[in-house]
Amino acid sequence: MAIDCLVLGAGQEVGKSCAVVTINGKRIMFDCGMHMGYLDHRRYPDFSHVALDGDFSGAIDCIVITHFHLDHVGALPYFTEVCGYRGPIYMTYPTKALAPLMLEDYRKVMVERRGEEEQFTAEHIAECMKKVIAVDLKQTVQVDSELQIRAYYAGHVLGAAMFYAKVGDSALVYTGDYNMTPDRHLGAAQIDRLHLDLLITESTYATTVRDSKYTREREFLIAVHKCVAGGGKVLIPTFALGRAQELCMLLDDYWERMNLNIPIYFSAGLTIQANMYYKMLINWTSQKVKATYVTRNPFDFKNVRNFDRSMINTPGPCVLFATPGMISGGFSLEVFKNWAPSEINLVTLPGYCVAGTIGHKLMSGKPTKIELDKDTEIDVRCQIHQLSFSPHTDAKGIMDLVKFLSPKHVILVHGEKPKMASLKGKIESELGIPCYDPANNENVNVPSTHFVKACASDAFVQSCLSPNFKFSRRNREYECSHQKDSEGVPILQVRDERIAEGIVVMEGNKEAKVINQDELLHVLRRERHEVEFAYCFPAQLSNKNEEPSDTSTDNLQCPYRKCSLLRALLSELSKEFPQVEIQDFGEYVKVESLRVAICLTDECPYRVGGHPLVGCGSVFLCCKWLSRDEQLVWKMISTVRTLDLSLPL
Amino acid sequence: MKLTCLSRGKGFYFPPCHMLNVCGFRILIDCPLDLSALAVFAPIPPGFSAVQDEEDFGHSVGESDGCESGNEERKNIEKPMDAKALIRSEPWYKTVANLHLWNLSFIDVVLISSPSGMLGLPFLTRAEGFSAKIYVTEAAAKLGKLMMEDLVSMHEEFRQFYGSEELGSPHWMKWEELESLPSAMKEIVLGTDGIELGGWMPLYRVPLSAADIEDCAKKAQKLKYAEVACYNGTINIKPISSGLEIGACNWTIRYPDGTIAFVSSSEFVPSHALEFNYNALRSCDVLIYSDFSSLDILETANKGSNYTAPEDSSTSSDLEELLLHADESSEEMDKLNFICSCAVDAVKAGGSVLIPIGRLGIMLQLLEQISICLESSQHKVPIFVISSVAEELLAYTNIIPEWVCKQRQEKLFSGESLFAHVELLNGERLQVYPAIYSPKLLLHWQEPCIVFCPHWSLRLGPAVHLLRRWHGDEKSLLIWEEGMDSDIALLPFEPKVMKMKVLRCSFLSGIVLKKVQPLIHILQPKFLLPEDFRQQIISPVSDSYSVLHYSVNETLKLPTLKEGSELEITADVISRLHWKNLQEQNLSITRLKGNLVMCDARRRILYSDELPCSNSEPPLLSGALDLQKLLTRLSEMGIGGSLQEGSVTTDGLSDARVLRIDAPSEALLEIRSTSTIISAANEELAFHIRDAVNSILDGT
Repeated sequence: MAIDCLVLGAGQEVGKSCAVVTINGKRIMFDCGMHMGYLDHRRYPDFSHVALDGDFSGAIDCIVITHFHLDHVGALPYFTEVCGYRGPIYMTYPTKALAPLMLEDYRKVMVERRGEEEQFTAEHIAECMKKVIAVDLKQTVQVDSELQIRAYYAGHVLGAAMFYAKVGDSALVYTGDYNMTPDRHLGAAQIDRLHLDLLITESTYATTVRDSKYTREREFLIAVHKCVAGGGKVLIPTFALGRAQELCMLLDDYWERMNLNIPIYFSAGLTIQANMYYKMLINWTSQKVKATYVTRNPFDFKNVRNFDRSMINTPGPCVLFATPGMISGGFSLEVFKNWAPSEINLVTLPGYCVAGTIGHKLMSGKPTKIELDKDTEIDVRCQIHQLSFSPHTDAKGIMDLVKFLSPKHVILVHGEKPKMASLKGKIESELGIPCYDPANNENVNVPSTHFVKACASDAFVQSCLSPNFKFSRRNREYECSHQKDSEGVPILQVRDERIAEGIVVMEGNKEAKVINQDELLHVLRRERHEVEFAYCFPAQLSNKNEEPSDTSTDNLQCPYRKCSLLRALLSELSKEFPQVEIQDFGEYVKVESLRVAICLTDECPYRVGGHPLVGCGSVFLCCKWLSRDEQLVWKMISTVRTLDLSLPL
Repeated sequence: MKLTCLSRGKGFYFPPCHMLNVCGFRILIDCPLDLSALAVFAPIPPGFSAVQDEEDFGHSVGESDGCESGNEERKNIEKPMDAKALIRSEPWYKTVANLHLWNLSFIDVVLISSPSGMLGLPFLTRAEGFSAKIYVTEAAAKLGKLMMEDLVSMHEEFRQFYGSEELGSPHWMKWEELESLPSAMKEIVLGTDGIELGGWMPLYRVPLSAADIEDCAKKAQKLKYAEVACYNGTINIKPISSGLEIGACNWTIRYPDGTIAFVSSSEFVPSHALEFNYNALRSCDVLIYSDFSSLDILETANKGSNYTAPEDSSTSSDLEELLLHADESSEEMDKLNFICSCAVDAVKAGGSVLIPIGRLGIMLQLLEQISICLESSQHKVPIFVISSVAEELLAYTNIIPEWVCKQRQEKLFSGESLFAHVELLNGERLQVYPAIYSPKLLLHWQEPCIVFCPHWSLRLGPAVHLLRRWHGDEKSLLIWEEGMDSDIALLPFEPKVMKMKVLRCSFLSGIVLKKVQPLIHILQPKFLLPEDFRQQIISPVSDSYSVLHYSVNETLKLPTLKEGSELEITADVISRLHWKNLQEQNLSITRLKGNLVMCDARRRILYSDELPCSNSEPPLLSGALDLQKLLTRLSEMGIGGSLQEGSVTTDGLSDARVLRIDAPSEALLEIRSTSTIISAANEELAFHIRDAVNSILDGT
């Protein structure tokens, strides 16, 4: 039994996340993303590795999408509608609601702005989304009789989830993108302590450790406030979903606190509609946001209004959210052209911009002029503020998650190669967990857990559950030397060490049966054969204390004599063996299974080895024991042989 | 597994209550309140119906005093059934009386399957020693909490009227008082068997009711849809939508030896809540079928139908089609449409409409339907929702797409709100107020109007005041549910002179009769546990499952499901086993040692290196000792000896054979059919002989 992980995308890179995992014969595709950096065939994962004949429905049991970002869902309509995958697709409710917005937006940009041939149509997106089964967090979904999947909260964006998959006794978690610290509107990732064979985790910030985000939020607010106080306009280019809502909450809250009434605008289009979704999906935000919501929805922004193109050159300060995020075209570029030349205005930039976009140019150095195309040049005099908060976990977060889950193996995806290698080394050395960072189209094979099923008898289960008390006495000498710290510790200590102990019986090819030891003979239809040991040997009785008249062993017939002899033996033995329980039964002394009695028969058959009585005062001790105590008994016998059982009178 | 039915309930508002015993753990399923019993109390102000009558009453008592010869006889005379017979006191609430026969501190788990199944929970959580784990779906917990808060706020009116509570039991609980109640009311108070007085409780805790609710909400563990909760590693509990109400669920309970499916009232094609997911209940070992809420209605409705059990030839897809066929839902739709048209007719005629219906689903659908009807009839009247929790409730229903039916989920995906009331609220056609005396309500009040408000018992809340206002108006309409005795319920509102029209309606709250057999056929349980009085409806159609009937307050014990228990052994334990083959019996045996751990409702043997070392454990020996083999083996080991014929043994029994060893040193073996005694002076020698004996006997 093994788990195979074929990385089709996001192997040692960021973009087109896609991993196909085979676990006990079931095949799951985690994420089906596209690469934003390529426009040729490299933008999609190479699906031919999954099924050479193109029968994807037969090759894959289900697809799981972690969140609505295009690098995780972008290739899905292509895979289902063009490649022809017909099986089930799972994603959370918010992802199912928001992914089509992202896909449609992307499709429009591709077709309408860049004039490209479209990879999939609007109908394709709609058809694809119809096949999606929405799941709730922690909902245990039985995909088929063997495959079980479950979503856990991942933070990152609304509806982002980590997915747990289990087939038979093997299980794994694919994290998708996640955030281990809560942000303005989303909570931190949350997962149960699971028994995992494999953890596939993102590693965007494999080496970065971030400080508190509050200082960075504050910097942003102060920059915006300063600008509007000076009568300037703030342009916040952003994607419609996620960051826009977070920043808007931040500003709306700040406006309220500072009693500002400068307008905040949303450029028409996605964002207003997106807010509608956010309002209905408020249960997927952080606990803090949920708690404030009783009747007023926090996504009903008080200070936010719709923006109209005619308002671009209206005088007076304002804040504007406009798409797309990296000023790569569209409305944010139009506004940028108008506002950039004035030094009182401010443009904020997201943490990451793809090369080639205006955002990227602004980030690299402080350009005063930006060439848009051959004929157009923009004077850039406005202030630039770069946002530095990210919805991804940092290296510490990844390490915390790996440590918390303690899987048997870790695979890193969604990161940059050198940084991943460093994190891989850290996981292996610090946590001792084997870790892999496969490149695209590489396969990783790890062993999986398997439990052997057996049928247990009731007697076995009972014996496992019955308490097994162990009593131990504290050493007296120890007590004396450690008088102070041993106070409060009782002399007799009781432990309950339950051990599952039994016998496995396999008959032919039938299921193994686990039974109690006592049941075995019944199963074998045999009788028990007990092996006992017996030994009769003389013990020393020195003469000096003997009364002169009693010179024969006859007086041993007297019960009093016998008793006192045995008692003497007992006291000697307990001196020598303080750890064991020695019981006095009058006729004999018992230690575990050993019974020691005074032997009065002349012809005792167990008196082997020819021991003449040494001196008249000696007696024979007859011992009988079971083989389980043989070590102890032989030790005792050798001790007793050296003893002098003379009675102090 | 053992099952005890504590109460069979009374339909939607008072679901049944059961106690399960699984693996030694006690599981209570649902803890409802019988709010219909509130009917015995007078609404406030109690003297409303007629001041005149009050005086008459005083007279008649005086007169009767004179006429009757003895006090005893007078006590036995029932009060006449009129408004004066109602108990004038701060109401108490009727819990499941049989539950109080159990020691509450011994309950391990409580499962709440619907918001109304939660109302009695504060009585448990405040009980001394109660420490059970409570599981409830997130949505049911929220809705249940709102219902409790509403109940407390409505009850507050009584408390203000009657002042602080009497010490000890209230006066109406005294035997004389109870004896004098009209028989119909006595039955409500005491139950048909006259034993239910113990079930009455004062509302949550005075004066800390809000704290009771908070405490109860805090103690409950909220589950997501189909989230598996593991209790003690032994029992896996999973809520599956039942379709009855938002957040309402059936349960699957998996323990190491089997799976139990607990089915309460369920709806296949509801038009508000998430559909009954019966597929998740397939192939369980035990199916507890407690959907009887709508039994009475069904029996009358289906008397004529001669439904036959499905033939074996019918495929499961046929059956599923039958199950999902929306007969009953379209019937429900027709009912709602009829109610709407009645309501619109009433407002057209200048009357007002009072709708004290407690079902969230019905209320939300009526809101949608009535607003559409009003719009199409171009009649503008305001719709009011008056309840202390209405605003929160309406807002909440729009943010739980995970718990609404598929067609409403589609609304989420297309960016529309789940229920139409969101738009109605924005357009101000729907107005929501916390109480009837809210200043804003008084400002906007206008008649005729349509009012949705609690409480359906007609004893609490705004409904009482509005009914008093409109009961004499023949143009007004009361839309009210079946289920309560209307004679008693309408007593305070002068039923004889009541001119207001009353439209009584019943709604589907369970599985319709013709779908019961197909459902069971699809689910394929091994055991089916329905309640006894349904014998004629549920009888086994095939041998594939056996039917055991249960009845109220009797414990039903289920036979063991499987012989032996399932066990999982980890690979590292298996790899350490040393197998031994027993040729003649085709058996392989080995000793197993490890830690038994309960995990994910399975028994698992894990390897543990902390186990005390076991080298002292001797092998288990069996069979008879072959002397010739033993001699050969001993001589191989360099031990020489001979059998001694007819030697005397310690106990003098002659069946023993004695083997004397002389080399390397003297030893003796006494061999019987089931035992062997080894006697040697030398430790080493004793060990060697023992090894020889063990190797000949098959040791394990």
